[in-house]
Amino acid sequence: MIRIDNVSHQIAGQEILRQVDLDIPQGGLTALVGPNGAGKSTLLSLVARLLSLQLGRIEINGQDLQQISHGDQAQLLAILPQVLTSTHRISVEDLVGFGRYPYSRGRLGPQDRKVIAQVLESFELQEVKHRFLDTLSGGQRQRAYTAMAWAQDTEYLLLDEPLNNLDIAASRSLMSRLKSLAAQQSRTIVIVLHDINYAAGYADHIVAMKAGRVVASGPPQEVVNESFLKAVFDTDAKVITAEDRPLVIV
Amino acid sequence: MLRLRFLWLILALVVVSVLFLTLGAKGSWGFTLWFRGQKLASLLLIGGAVSTATILFQTITHNRILTPSIMGFDALFLLILTLMIFGMGAGGYAQVPKVTLFLINLVLLTLASVALFTLLLKDQSSDLMRMVLTGIILGVLFRSLGLLIQRLIDPSEFAVLQSASFARFNKVDADLLLASAILVGLTWGAVWRMRHRLDVLALGEVLPVSLGADPRRGQLLVLMLISVLVSVSTALVGPVAFLGLLVSSLTYRLIPSWHHGHILPAAILIGGITLVGGQLLLERILHFETPLAVVVECLGGLVFLILILRKGST
Repeated sequence: MIRIDNVSHQIAGQEILRQVDLDIPQGGLTALVGPNGAGKSTLLSLVARLLSLQLGRIEINGQDLQQISHGDQAQLLAILPQVLTSTHRISVEDLVGFGRYPYSRGRLGPQDRKVIAQVLESFELQEVKHRFLDTLSGGQRQRAYTAMAWAQDTEYLLLDEPLNNLDIAASRSLMSRLKSLAAQQSRTIVIVLHDINYAAGYADHIVAMKAGRVVASGPPQEVVNESFLKAVFDTDAKVITAEDRPLVIV
Repeated sequence: MLRLRFLWLILALVVVSVLFLTLGAKGSWGFTLWFRGQKLASLLLIGGAVSTATILFQTITHNRILTPSIMGFDALFLLILTLMIFGMGAGGYAQVPKVTLFLINLVLLTLASVALFTLLLKDQSSDLMRMVLTGIILGVLFRSLGLLIQRLIDPSEFAVLQSASFARFNKVDADLLLASAILVGLTWGAVWRMRHRLDVLALGEVLPVSLGADPRRGQLLVLMLISVLVSVSTALVGPVAFLGLLVSSLTYRLIPSWHHGHILPAAILIGGITLVGGQLLLERILHFETPLAVVVECLGGLVFLILILRKGST
């Protein structure tokens, strides 16, 4: 479990997070939703220690995050950032191989090669494994980066808006793949999503943030409704239930 | 494919080196080989050092157009040199052994780059690009300060300084050569040991953190290694701005690999081929009087322009 305890954060004098208390449950897919500037990415960056903690405390499996070495952290938690601006001129197989760096320090052993082959297969990247990233489509590229983070074999995986710039087919296939893989291997995935319908459709747990605070947390069936949309996103949208899950009419 | 290209590079380097040593030799072989051997060693050393420094710098800045000299590394080296000559006078400067001067300069340059790095990157939100831009501006400052002092010193001191501050590939100090070879050798060893870490550092600012390779510490270490390499090449031959860029862009083109275990040896080979081959062509075959530095800088500058124009159009 990731426990976030009374965390506040300022960037250039602006309060981004205000006394956030949040428990992210073990296992399954937790979606972090909220309007732009709600502090979702900042919270994720603090958990992954991309930013240093200013106030409060973050625990992973009961251990204070600050006490964990960078090397150990890389075997416990992986993060995939939102904007991978520079597309690396690197082959898919090599990229996924970097996921094994926390274990192999660059010298891939037989176990690492086994994991890489498995991950390439689970993410359906075998066909393109020798291709360079800059020759792939946006969907394939995002899948390759996600596969790299997956190969890190961490209990926790944080993804910051992986569906950006993906079409509906690529988005759906990535989400269902993540959901089934998380269930199979009992891993915990925390994912920042823009589209509330993807969160409601795939997540086991939804955390909503607004103006630096957590305003709702729970299963999508309990959290997503019309008053929730009004309160968090300040919009009047109708919510219906389809196949046992809430669906926002956009 | 990579293996074949490496074989070609090694073959090319051996051929140009042998030609460089033997072509048009007159008189005693012993003397010729000793004299030319020293020159060959220094060319190989400089080619390798500049290429390695450039690749390392491009790796930690994630930018394939930047070179250490753009950030004023060599300008700072020359400013320190100018200040030493200014402080001691030409006579005093001539009395101190060259190797001692060189080592003092090396330590000062390394300290300065570490100071610049820690000052500008203390804050986690600030990025490496800001440091590079600051470096460019500081480079201009260092150059201008150097020029100012050069105007203040007397002509004989200026002559000493001038001979030390222009790129020259023909006269290299034998004492310096040995010290430099040892330093560059040690640096290469350190770089080779961290080659896998460099592969990860090249991925950007965020992914290395996720993979457990603390980028700040890696960048600091790499900057220190670059300081050593730039000191060596600047002390031996003066500033060469575009050689590294020429070599690095050729390397990326010939060796399409992400692994520094491939890129760095290739860059060292190509650096050697460029300098030795260039010198051979100019001296022995074309009987040119144009200094090699001019030709290399001209070609490198062209590559720089092409890279910028191509970037702009895509």
